[in-house]
Amino acid sequence: MGLYRSHVLICGGTGCVSSGSLEVLEALKKGLAEKGMDKEILVVSTGCHGMCEMGPIVVVYPEGTFYCRVTAADVPELIEEHLYKGRVVERLIYKGEGKASDVPHYTEIPFYKKQHRIALRNCGYINPDSIDEYIARDGYAALVKALTEMTPEAVIEEVKTSGLRGRGGGGFPTGLKWSFCARSAGDKKYVICNADEGDPGAFMDRSLLEGDPHAVVEGMLLGAYAMGANEGYIYCRAEYPLAIKRLKRTIEQATEYGLLGEHILGTDFSFELHIKEGAGAFVCGEETALMASIEGRRGMPRPRPPFPANKGLWGKPSNINNVETWANVPSIIRNGGEWYAAMGTEKSKGTKVFALTGKVNHTGLVEVPMGTTIREIVFEIGGGILNGKKFKAVQIGGPSGGCLTKDHLDIPISYESLSQVGAIMGSGGLVVMDEDNCMVDVAKFFLEFTQAESCGKCPPCREGTKKMLDILTRICAGKGKPEDLEALEYLGTMIKETSLCGLGQTAPNPVLTTLRYFRDEYEAHINEKRCPAGACTELTRFIIDADKCIGCTKCARVCPADAITGAVKQPHVIDQDKCVKCGACAEACPVKAIDRR
Amino acid sequence: MQAIDLTINGKKIAAEPGMTILQAARKGGIHIPTLCEHPAIPIAGACRVCLVEVENSPKLLTACSSPVAPGMVVHTHSPRVLAARKAVVELILIRHPLDCFSCSSNGKCELQDVAYELGIKASPFTDEGDTCRDYALEDANPFYVRDMNKCILCGRCIRACDSLARYHAIDFQNRGIRTMVHPPVGKDLEHSDCTFCGQCVQLCPVGALSEKASTGQGRPWELKSVKTTCSYCGVGCELNVQVNTRTGRIANVTTDYLSPTAVNEGRCCVKGRFAWQYVHSDDRLTRPLIKENGAFREAEWAEALSLVAGRMTAIKEDFGPDAIGFFSSARCTNEENYLLQRLAREVVGTNNVDHCAHL
Repeated sequence: MGLYRSHVLICGGTGCVSSGSLEVLEALKKGLAEKGMDKEILVVSTGCHGMCEMGPIVVVYPEGTFYCRVTAADVPELIEEHLYKGRVVERLIYKGEGKASDVPHYTEIPFYKKQHRIALRNCGYINPDSIDEYIARDGYAALVKALTEMTPEAVIEEVKTSGLRGRGGGGFPTGLKWSFCARSAGDKKYVICNADEGDPGAFMDRSLLEGDPHAVVEGMLLGAYAMGANEGYIYCRAEYPLAIKRLKRTIEQATEYGLLGEHILGTDFSFELHIKEGAGAFVCGEETALMASIEGRRGMPRPRPPFPANKGLWGKPSNINNVETWANVPSIIRNGGEWYAAMGTEKSKGTKVFALTGKVNHTGLVEVPMGTTIREIVFEIGGGILNGKKFKAVQIGGPSGGCLTKDHLDIPISYESLSQVGAIMGSGGLVVMDEDNCMVDVAKFFLEFTQAESCGKCPPCREGTKKMLDILTRICAGKGKPEDLEALEYLGTMIKETSLCGLGQTAPNPVLTTLRYFRDEYEAHINEKRCPAGACTELTRFIIDADKCIGCTKCARVCPADAITGAVKQPHVIDQDKCVKCGACAEACPVKAIDRR
Repeated sequence: MQAIDLTINGKKIAAEPGMTILQAARKGGIHIPTLCEHPAIPIAGACRVCLVEVENSPKLLTACSSPVAPGMVVHTHSPRVLAARKAVVELILIRHPLDCFSCSSNGKCELQDVAYELGIKASPFTDEGDTCRDYALEDANPFYVRDMNKCILCGRCIRACDSLARYHAIDFQNRGIRTMVHPPVGKDLEHSDCTFCGQCVQLCPVGALSEKASTGQGRPWELKSVKTTCSYCGVGCELNVQVNTRTGRIANVTTDYLSPTAVNEGRCCVKGRFAWQYVHSDDRLTRPLIKENGAFREAEWAEALSLVAGRMTAIKEDFGPDAIGFFSSARCTNEENYLLQRLAREVVGTNNVDHCAHL
């Protein structure tokens, strides 16, 4: 690697690529070459910085200046001002709540300040396509340490000491899981990386694979060494083409460097790694369904036992961990289990990546120590609620998780604390909701998802979630009956009790938690035929306040259903039978005379 | 091998290693209802009807798939189990049509049995339209009808096709409430790998698969099972012909997957299972015919056999035993073919023996 006076890092994650970072990258390279500066300034395409909503993101080192929403048109100015003259382009820097004139190092920005990045430590720092950059950041040092200084048992002990638990949602202690597979007799074993990330709104696994794929591969190598496996699969959803492309490149490079294949680093340890593309089934994130899918069968879960540690892929002992879990392993082996265990709560150690989305100012990926409160994540890191609205709830843990209220904002996040209040850690989805979100509608959304993704194998999940969805649909349409709430509770409890796999066993959670914490909203829908948040269209009415209406006719002109009548300069009226509740009239009204009720 | 001692409903049971809770319970005479389980096919753990409570296990376990362990304490009918089982059956019944009167499975339907056992008349959650899944009846083939409206998606047909017939002509398709059992996407049964062996029909616990020819031929309780050997080829499949005791006619043919004597271990082909109607055919030869002056006339067995014996003796005397040939059939049983060649060799004295498979 040559010496450069400045590094310009451009995010090449899926979020920034879709908002145009590739064009910015090209413009920068071209612009610098034209200026003859390409020998002194290095342009690097990195993985995700996490603050996707502000993309495309450009960070200039050594200053650590954080530019956001950069377009190709901004590039000449960036080159001329910052890279040539050394003056920060103020209009492009992240402003946040503070003043534009303060230009902090980007790690001082509130979004990054409270974060503690272990799994994401290289995302946004290195070029994920370069194994050299990974190695320069201590990459593969853990593998060298394990292969040359540690027995497989010692590796497992280190992971046990770290207290690392499955980051895919289950939260099972990773070291313990590894010890089961290590103890299982067999000449052939597999390690598998679950990269079938499917929770709506969750994208930490994608970012890791796109931003630091070598860390995942190194984690798998360490696991394979510890458990005595010589072959592995990364089961990645086909909807992540960039991740798959980078993984392929990663495997090529690691093989080229002798870090994959036969006799790794000259030892007796050999490991072959394959990528298996999923075909779009959410349930394939369940480990037994995932293995069925790798084997070429329909992805459907099967009862356990036998557990994968004894009878997994093709009947051989296998160990499955998700992307984030694997990505934590190299740091644990390098720094020691004690180091990792020093972070977090008593039973939930280390850090967790959350995908912060919804009605929050800064959406994106945040990695925080376990024990951080939801308030810190939403209000400090996330910058609070969008448009100054009121916080209402946070849906945590994806479709298997639950909705928590403002009363839970100060709960230190851990596997235990979340399950106590009816939610789960899940893969770390955090959807923030404000006063405009109807909680019945939210529950209905997640049920639609789980019902559509139910594999159909067991009746509780297949029939039960459909019936719950039917009931929620009719409640949202104002056709709910008082006994529906009891039915929802009964169905939800029984589906959890009797379903075959984790999908069904957790599917009712969004309904059960909203029933627990927002029962009044359900009751308003059923008893008063009213949606307090004004979100359920079938319960919403748009009404023109005759006293305020100035008869400008704007509303009548924008109405797509010709539902508004009235003479010029006379109060207008909405025909409720014709109204399609699109809200165009309320937006068009210059005097805010149209109420949404 | 060392027996595994466990307790089910307070009863001590010595199970064999490798047994499931269900097998152990059956061994001890304890009934656990099932729907997706069948001894001839792999376990699926899908229907959730066999859930039982095992002490020290926080979750209910499916008896069909959970192996026994020493000292295990199992409750198959505890209040928690019964509540869960009832909920599961209520959910299965949401969309299952309750047209039991006209259903060919009435009386042998396993869903009916479980619902009866639990005292469930209908699902409390059935809303208008739930039982009218608009799957068209699939009846283009001459052998059986697929009515996916009645299907409870237990998957027994799929596993039968996969592990017994080894064709894997059908599998689950779609997800969620739209899940169905179907041949490969875009194909119907008649253009799939299905050979119509009908093992799926026998294993269907409800009336989603029903044999065309047996419609109206008798209710399950009117039938008497007669064990016989299939007369279609020399394999010698053991069949159970179900005869209506009232009419004396065949209602259908089944096989016994657990029969210790059956060479076919319960498998059979389309002919053995579905092509039994010839037994009651008007065109069938039921008496010997003798040809006189170019025309057949009916005769008694004694007369016909005397005629054949007389002619054979005469030919043998005039032209020697090798002037006579014996021609048997692969459709006869081994025993019949054995007797025929003995007749040829020992009684007539010729080695001129052949059979139809040589043609």
